[in-house]
Amino acid sequence: MNLKPTRLRMCGNWVLDRFPLAQVWNEHMAHYYAPKNFNFWYFFGSLALLVLVNQFVTGILLTMNYKPDAKLAFDSVEYIMRDVNWGWLVRYMHSTGASAFFIVIYLHMFRGLLYGSFKQPRELIWIFGMLLFVALMAEAFMGYLLPWGQMSYWGAQVIISLFSAIPVIGDDLALWIRGDYVISDATLNRFFAFHVIAVPLVLVLLVFMHIVALHEVGSNNPDGVDIKKSKDPWGHPVDGIPFHPYYTVKDVVGVAVFLLFFATVIFYMPEMGGYFLEHANFIPADPMKTPEHIAPVWYFTPFYSILRAIPDKFAGVIGMGGSIVVLFLLPWLDRGKVKSIRYRGGIYKKALMLFVISFIALGYLGTQPVTPLATNMARIFTAIYFGFFLLMPIYTRWEKLKPVPSHITMQPTLEERIPELKAVFDEVTLVTEGENAKRGFNPTGAKNVLVRTAKNLKESLD
Amino acid sequence: MIDQSVDKSKRQFLTTALTVVGAVGTGYLAVPFLSQMQPSVKAMAAGAPVEVDISKIEAGQLIRVAWRGKPVWVLQRTPEVLATLTTLDGQLRDPQSNESSQPESSKNPARSMKPEIFIAVGLCTHLGCSPTFRPEVAPHDLGSDWKGGFFCPCHGSWFDLAGRVYKGVPAPTNLEVPPYRYITDTQIIIGEAAEEKSA
Repeated sequence: MNLKPTRLRMCGNWVLDRFPLAQVWNEHMAHYYAPKNFNFWYFFGSLALLVLVNQFVTGILLTMNYKPDAKLAFDSVEYIMRDVNWGWLVRYMHSTGASAFFIVIYLHMFRGLLYGSFKQPRELIWIFGMLLFVALMAEAFMGYLLPWGQMSYWGAQVIISLFSAIPVIGDDLALWIRGDYVISDATLNRFFAFHVIAVPLVLVLLVFMHIVALHEVGSNNPDGVDIKKSKDPWGHPVDGIPFHPYYTVKDVVGVAVFLLFFATVIFYMPEMGGYFLEHANFIPADPMKTPEHIAPVWYFTPFYSILRAIPDKFAGVIGMGGSIVVLFLLPWLDRGKVKSIRYRGGIYKKALMLFVISFIALGYLGTQPVTPLATNMARIFTAIYFGFFLLMPIYTRWEKLKPVPSHITMQPTLEERIPELKAVFDEVTLVTEGENAKRGFNPTGAKNVLVRTAKNLKESLD
Repeated sequence: MIDQSVDKSKRQFLTTALTVVGAVGTGYLAVPFLSQMQPSVKAMAAGAPVEVDISKIEAGQLIRVAWRGKPVWVLQRTPEVLATLTTLDGQLRDPQSNESSQPESSKNPARSMKPEIFIAVGLCTHLGCSPTFRPEVAPHDLGSDWKGGFFCPCHGSWFDLAGRVYKGVPAPTNLEVPPYRYITDTQIIIGEAAEEKSA
């Protein structure tokens, strides 16, 4: 039988002869080999991409009705909320998306800390990622001015004033950023331009570079083992599986679960108790009066806490900037030879735990009003935050490392864990004898389980 | 026969020359691009002076007026407040206002032309929040050290009722006093400096 190419195929070939579509697809999806042991923590890269797309689509729709004018901005947002068809949905998707972006990115960065994804040879991926984080913060900050509420106005006032703390050029720089002597229409208009076109372009470019760099050296994994070391006769890593279809399908599950949470927030708690959309921002900007309690949106509060903790204007700004700069230096601060936390010594595990606690505590304190106690707490946590990074070259040298396996290890799946969980359940419960046999709580069993868990935890930390 | 050898130094010269010309051109283009983000002529012209009638302000009362888009406070101080001010010097960072911004006519401990009427730009010198007016002495949230003054809710800076900053808070200098002058005893114009005293 003579297989005559169909018209569709001929059209396809016409394109493929002129554009390397198949090659790109294979290189980055179908023939991109990723380690086979990706776990929960590996959802957040693709989720960040999803949220980015969400922000682009909803952002473009919002631009169609929003007015970047100090006299009209606040009312145009209310107009979107009340009168534009489905305007409330688009706006809440965008505002919730901003917070979701930071949740996803913080978890994505934490994954890097857990499994040493920033270490040689992935330093550049980390640097591009950090640049993305900074661009994202700029994007979020400028976007927050646009509704022109009280928090928009005074938040921008505080952040732009940070630049005026720089000696010599500071005041002129702040003036140049504002385009006026105070935050005004000029500031709003230019922030709109940055938020809608300039920073998004930078973000797209950086995402591209982040992924190109990643696909050049290959993905890290929870074991921190280099899968390129052992290859099968066809030159594919033994411990690798093609990204498509294996991880595209896995990521679909992650997307579904994420959207479940995302939709719940959008439909039932779009303001998230004042954390995603602050209450004071439902009052139009008033240059005469600062709200009684001003706090940035939750994702900036850890850094804001550091700023407040330091009782000197310039030093505070340096501290706040420094808390971001140290993250860039991470690949060179960490002298530990092993990537994954699974084979690192207890000292790094403890340090990382302290860091996470201090980051969350700083975040919480940043949402609270200033009191002497809160300020002292913030100072302690600021010291721990910087200690984690700046003492790293010292304490990572003392680490007692565990042997790293030559191949990827597979963790038991959820299904395989069921008997284990059942055993624990049986231990902490007691079936009473008699006619109406009931399961009750068993204190001694529970105590045993707790002691065992504590022992295991201590062992892993030593 | 064409000479196949390449004169690399000429190429290098042309490349360098082109790079330099390109960089200079980009530099020239950067000037209008960057300076168009500076305040426009209209924004610079908008700083007109404002007149304030102070005859209706009661003792201890503070009113806010807008000048150049900034809040400006006009506070009528009581004799008790003025007496308290003189006792605070030890707790202040710059009691004599040597490093702070004010017109020469207000460079005195009370930081005003007439001690009873205090005028200041109501923006914290730290990061530009508008501090709250807290004239009461020792309220529960600020503690017993509080002698009445301005408290910045953003980052916890303390100022006394002459806008002078306390020690150990983030704000570096005293609140700015704008240029102002008296037209009559009850009329003030903010934004115009007082006339020089004749020698």
